[in-house]
Amino acid sequence: MRAQLPKFLFVLVSFAALAVFPHVAGNFGVDLATKIMIFAVLALSLELLVGKTGLVCFGQAAFFGIGAYATVLLSPSDGPASVATLLPLCVLLAAAYALVVGALSLRTKGVYFIMVTLAFAQMAYYVVHDTPLGGGTDGIYLMMKPALGDWLDLDKPLVMYRFTLACLLGTFVFLALLGRSKFGHALAGIRVNEQRMRATGFSTYPYKLAAFVVSGGIAGLAGFLFAVKDGFVNPEMMSWHISGEVLIIIILGGLGHLRGALIGAFAFALLQEFFRSEAIFGEFAKHWHLGLGLTIIASVALLPRGLVGIPAQLFGRKPGTHSGGALAQATPTKAGHAQP
Amino acid sequence: MHSPEILLRGTGISRRWGGLTALDNVSIDVARGSVHAVIGTNGAGKSTLVNILSGELEASAGSVHLLGQDVSRWSQPRRARAGLGRSYQRNTIYPSFSVLENCRLAAQAMHQQPWAWWQSASACTKSMQAAQDAAAQAGLQDLLEREAGLLSHGQKRQLEIAMCLATRPSVLLLDEPLAGMGAEETDRMLELLTALKARHAMLLIEHDMDAVFRVADVITVLVNGQLIACGSPEAVRNSPEVRVAYLGEH
Repeated sequence: MRAQLPKFLFVLVSFAALAVFPHVAGNFGVDLATKIMIFAVLALSLELLVGKTGLVCFGQAAFFGIGAYATVLLSPSDGPASVATLLPLCVLLAAAYALVVGALSLRTKGVYFIMVTLAFAQMAYYVVHDTPLGGGTDGIYLMMKPALGDWLDLDKPLVMYRFTLACLLGTFVFLALLGRSKFGHALAGIRVNEQRMRATGFSTYPYKLAAFVVSGGIAGLAGFLFAVKDGFVNPEMMSWHISGEVLIIIILGGLGHLRGALIGAFAFALLQEFFRSEAIFGEFAKHWHLGLGLTIIASVALLPRGLVGIPAQLFGRKPGTHSGGALAQATPTKAGHAQP
Repeated sequence: MHSPEILLRGTGISRRWGGLTALDNVSIDVARGSVHAVIGTNGAGKSTLVNILSGELEASAGSVHLLGQDVSRWSQPRRARAGLGRSYQRNTIYPSFSVLENCRLAAQAMHQQPWAWWQSASACTKSMQAAQDAAAQAGLQDLLEREAGLLSHGQKRQLEIAMCLATRPSVLLLDEPLAGMGAEETDRMLELLTALKARHAMLLIEHDMDAVFRVADVITVLVNGQLIACGSPEAVRNSPEVRVAYLGEH
């Protein structure tokens, strides 16, 4: 319990800082932080699959995009939709697609699983790209942003910020509870040794499918938030590079840790802003991908546990100081075994 | 005289991969209160037999009965929940989890409740009790909080057994539990197996012949996927076929 305290305090302080951030930041800062928090929700959804279950999904953008497109397509043009009905619908639609994708893709393993999830995501991408349904490459505008009575008007940036923060907090708490539950422990066991789990009596397929569906639903929530924030969706939201970016975010932050997804989302977005800054890099800023890529390569090479593992690397936590409760916290390594 | 209670029965089991026959019409009974050892050279089909009995591998022919029920078409997890525990040749423990967490996770298989996402896994008293009992049975009661990856090799093998016991099985399929152990660790493990014998039916695959002859009540000898002898250790030791085919005597 004592070992968990710094982690708990870190999360508490982070959310408190996010709560007061709009009071000290301008419009640009609030807008950027909202976007980052949305990507943090998306990263948390993938963390459930990759970090907790060991399923490297390369199609998370599809669920994100379906949540976003559903927001726009299901919103009436003559007035704001109700958040209370639209949000669950978007989450359910993304989860339903995840159910279909998961049911088929989970019959494969390893690199085949990665490729099948990518293929399903690209299918969704081409549906919105090449058919009138998704408005083609131009995308679709959200005419009226959803609301909930008078007190939740998501058209107001500050309300949108707070609503996104509440969603991020809710997702984080939900996944933290899930991680310490029997379901979460079973996923951790599946990640480390699925064969052993089956021999023990766990039918692993339904567990993995359930994780896939929950993950898809959370990605759909992120899509809803993104569509409402920008008031616009286009096929690029579903393309493979978004799936890749989210994967980079959780690796950068540190696989196996929910707070790694948060840290990774902020670090990735801030690095993007940094390398894009003409004030710092002048003409070279247009080649920002190069700087970002090199930084990520360096961080992966130098920080095998991600940013979240920096304290352990600096202060050299010795193996054997097991504090209990590591099952849900264990970090998967390249070898596939969990490490403290 | 009572006839032994057969808890696990494999009948006419065969397994073919294309033209290769890994197991050919092998039948085996494992009774409560006994250790049934399966011996044979590498490639004899021992692990294939265990994999088929546990449901990890499908048989090309034959049937498997567990506690009198035909489980031939049951999946491996279903057989495990019905009382079939197995350990593997190599360690399959969760190295970063504590000894207790390893056992508790195994015990959880019998009390899964995956929908209760808001409840902490460690709050399940049934799983926790089964885990503590299993660890104590395997002699690991003083190491409950130790990280499993830091145990000695012998202790890891004990933990493998403890994880099997945590599901409270009737039948134990133990695939080389003595692999890589020193003399002292082997003695400790054999004591453990002997103690477990009273309440379980055990199928033991092992290469250490001294250990097999010390602990086994019945021995089956496989050669090239075929059963060439089955009987008491004394009968197997004196079998001319075994001496020729397995012990290399002419």
